[in-house]
Amino acid sequence: MDALDLARWQFGVTTVYHFLFVPITIGLSCLVATMQTVWARTGDERWLRLTRFYGKLLLINFAMGVVTGIVQEFQFGMNWSDYSRFVGDIFGAPLAIEALLAFFLESTFLGLWIFGWDRLPRRIHLACIWAVAVGTILSAYFILAANSWMQHPVGYRFNPETGRAELHDFGAVLTNKVTLVTFPHTLAGCFLTAGALVLAVALWHLIRRPGTDQASAFRSAAKLGAWVTVIAAAATIVTGDVQGKIMTQVQPMKMAAAEALYETEQPAAFSVFTIGTLDGSREVYSLKIPDLLSWLATGDLNGEVKGINDLQDQYVAEYGPGSYTPIIPVTYWSFRLMIGFGMLAALVAVWTLWTLRRGRAPASRWLLRAGLVLPLLPLAANAFGWIFTEMGRQPWIVFSEMLTRDGVSRSVSTGEVVTSLAGFTLLYGLLAFIEIRLLLRYARAGLPEAQPPADTDVDDTEDRPLSFAY
Amino acid sequence: MDLSTLWFLLIAVLFIGYFVLEGFDFGVGILLPVLAHDERERRVLINTIGPVWDGNEVWVLTAGGAMFAAFPEWYATLFSGFYLPLLLILTALILRGVAFEYRGKRPDPTWRARWDTAIIAGSLLPALLWGIAFANIVRGVPLDTDHEYIGNLWHLLNPYALLGGLVTLTLFTTHGAVFLALKTTGDIRTRANALAARTGLITGALAVAFLTWTILDIRGGTTATILAILAAAALVAGLAANRAGREGRAFLGTAAAIALAVATLFAALFPNVLPSTTDTANNLTIDNASSTPYTLKIMTWVALAFTPIVLLYQSWTYWVFRRRIGVRDIPDA
Ligand code: HDD
Ligand code: HEM
Ligand code: HEM
Repeated sequence: MDALDLARWQFGVTTVYHFLFVPITIGLSCLVATMQTVWARTGDERWLRLTRFYGKLLLINFAMGVVTGIVQEFQFGMNWSDYSRFVGDIFGAPLAIEALLAFFLESTFLGLWIFGWDRLPRRIHLACIWAVAVGTILSAYFILAANSWMQHPVGYRFNPETGRAELHDFGAVLTNKVTLVTFPHTLAGCFLTAGALVLAVALWHLIRRPGTDQASAFRSAAKLGAWVTVIAAAATIVTGDVQGKIMTQVQPMKMAAAEALYETEQPAAFSVFTIGTLDGSREVYSLKIPDLLSWLATGDLNGEVKGINDLQDQYVAEYGPGSYTPIIPVTYWSFRLMIGFGMLAALVAVWTLWTLRRGRAPASRWLLRAGLVLPLLPLAANAFGWIFTEMGRQPWIVFSEMLTRDGVSRSVSTGEVVTSLAGFTLLYGLLAFIEIRLLLRYARAGLPEAQPPADTDVDDTEDRPLSFAY
Repeated sequence: MDLSTLWFLLIAVLFIGYFVLEGFDFGVGILLPVLAHDERERRVLINTIGPVWDGNEVWVLTAGGAMFAAFPEWYATLFSGFYLPLLLILTALILRGVAFEYRGKRPDPTWRARWDTAIIAGSLLPALLWGIAFANIVRGVPLDTDHEYIGNLWHLLNPYALLGGLVTLTLFTTHGAVFLALKTTGDIRTRANALAARTGLITGALAVAFLTWTILDIRGGTTATILAILAAAALVAGLAANRAGREGRAFLGTAAAIALAVATLFAALFPNVLPSTTDTANNLTIDNASSTPYTLKIMTWVALAFTPIVLLYQSWTYWVFRRRIGVRDIPDA
């Protein structure tokens, strides 16, 4: 393996890892804010206890999201310096704006929210968690704008004198049609993740500890989580469908790679799974849904979908000799796993809603088991979605403009990349172990006592213990 | 003033903000084993920075983002060239960030002791390494005609840079002690005050040596000289105020000393952003490293519109949590 492969592995590992925490933070901050709002509106203490409970899980997760994000901000320069030189004029701006608009907002108001329970008037305290939620969503928008530019570069000119891409229409970058579809799809994926987490924890308590004073609160939480999961899953389908059409316009090869479609077909079928080899030579068995791929790619059940072989020829004519085909088994399976895991999560949510209907209590052992794997399903779906998006773009780092192999840092040695890859993998592995144990511990502990925060005093002389502290 | 000069200044401001703010919370982390004698006292220390450390850290993220956007060549060369030190800084920041959040989540003393180690090492290493990195930026590093870094790790560990590292380490420690004297009550306050007086002297000696070396031997200029003198004066004034028990003023003094010292380095650097020690023709400057005027213009508007808002709500946080805390404020675990 050379420095390029290592750098790619490193980016993949650290980014997928970062994105385990990101969807939980984005979705859960909104859900916790919702819970607190319900408490503020109704004064119902169950919602205060749920706010505190899920708030703890949010904080445990948030810490990991933040520290893994710092690595992201630096690693473009560290491992992908030629890429950074080439795109900095365009790509740097959304990143800097993300930090200025979103990260400051999230981190400052989260601090205020954690420590402000008895320091701030209730309404302002509530506004703090909403500010965090808005911050996470802004952050997603700007980072996705940057990423979408790599998928479909717009609003720039290549300057042969400086040898780099230069911005000439920032509005076009922010309203890139790829951004506009990626953003809702990713947000839907985030809410699916957070909904499933809220549901899974509540379900565990309902089944394992029925009849405690917490049951009624967890019942509400389970319902909230399940509905969010189901609605978000529907939203991923709708937005994903739109994304498929845009993707076919801007990166037809990715769509062909998603289906391992070697020859152009009209109409094209979508295979749910295939047994055999995916190199186009031999197919043992494939379960096919007729016309679905045509619909996904073009919006027409009889649309033509270009195959890999034709596209390869077409790309060679356009961009010069070379292979423009991504690794097909990866794109094929990651696309299916993304959809499959997400839909499985939605199924568990529907099942829960069914068992909860009209005041019934869930008791099924199978539901309990499903609940235990439930939080992992959307996390996997998200990771596979990114793997599909990013690997499906290969060999390009910026589609049609720069190859991945030209973006890597020249001055960084293989030894250095090995060091950092090994270091991050070990460190991240260790932290994952600690984080999961901590999450489980708090998830099991159940709801904290309902003790509404003391009315605020902004009185300096009073020396009452802080009720919220590290 | 042209836009690349403006962005050079803005990036200087972002780093100044970072070092002044995160400087004291690094200091608090470093002083954890020194100033706190038991669990409750350790919690007092950590809670003085609890609500603010994460917001402080975002200053460096913004500085990095701004560097990427305004001077992509600088960002690319610097971050790939200083690979291993940055890797260490990242590791330290990761452990430290998780430690603040996770330390109190279990009552077990071993658990807490381990995270304390992470906080201490995670504060000490970056405090040292940022100084080494910035000294090297000012001193210059070997760059080829493509502006690629061609040195290795040992080039970065020269005596001047190591002295720079010691300066930031001691400066942040003193700044942290002064901050703790300002934010705590009881024993810790007294101890912090006494400690600041002692570390302050070492800091002063090292900082004066470093700034003198910078200006006489590395690169200087009138502005840098004036700023360096002001930095030294601010430190002296801060230490005098500390001695007199005027904690607010002492904190302003160390904060100003850090700000002015960082400003000195940026002034000495200007108009370079990363000089080359192999051939001055290979220097990265604000002109050959910068983005296009169009990008800089957009970034300027965004910065003008949003920086004041950020400053406003961050100041408000400090106001909300202005109260001093002491052992009796700490609830039972
Ligand atoms: C919970 C997660 C989840 C679920 C259930 C789905 N997706 Fe997805 N998908 C993602 C999570 C995701 C993702 C991780 O969020 C990606 C990566 C980038 C992005 O915007 O979303 C993604 C990317 C992505 C892309 C690539 C866009 C591009 O490269 O430009 C397409 C075409 C789809 N999805 C389509 C679908 C369809 C048709 C789905 C359902 C029927 C679906 N996704 C469900
Ligand atoms: C703005 C956000 C993002 C940007 C700018 C970005 C950019 C990149 C870059 C520079 C690489 C390395 C070159 C390459 O091998 O393709 C890469 C690869 C990769 N990215 Fe993204 N990425 C982003 C978001 C994500 C997210 C959130 C994930 C998933 C969690 C992800 C998953 C991957 C994976 C798995 C690879 C490895 C693919 C490979 O090596 O071929 N990306 N992306
Ligand atoms: C590869 C490009 C990426 C970079 C450079 C990056 C950078 C960062 C940084 C520096 C932080 C820490 C902020 C803090 O201290 O508060 C962070 C956190 C965060 N990032 Fe990323 N990120 C990337 C990918 C993404 C993507 C694709 C999304 C969303 C779709 C995202 C959403 C978030 C959110 C919501 C947080 C808040 C903290 C948390 O998750 O717990 N990031 N990111």
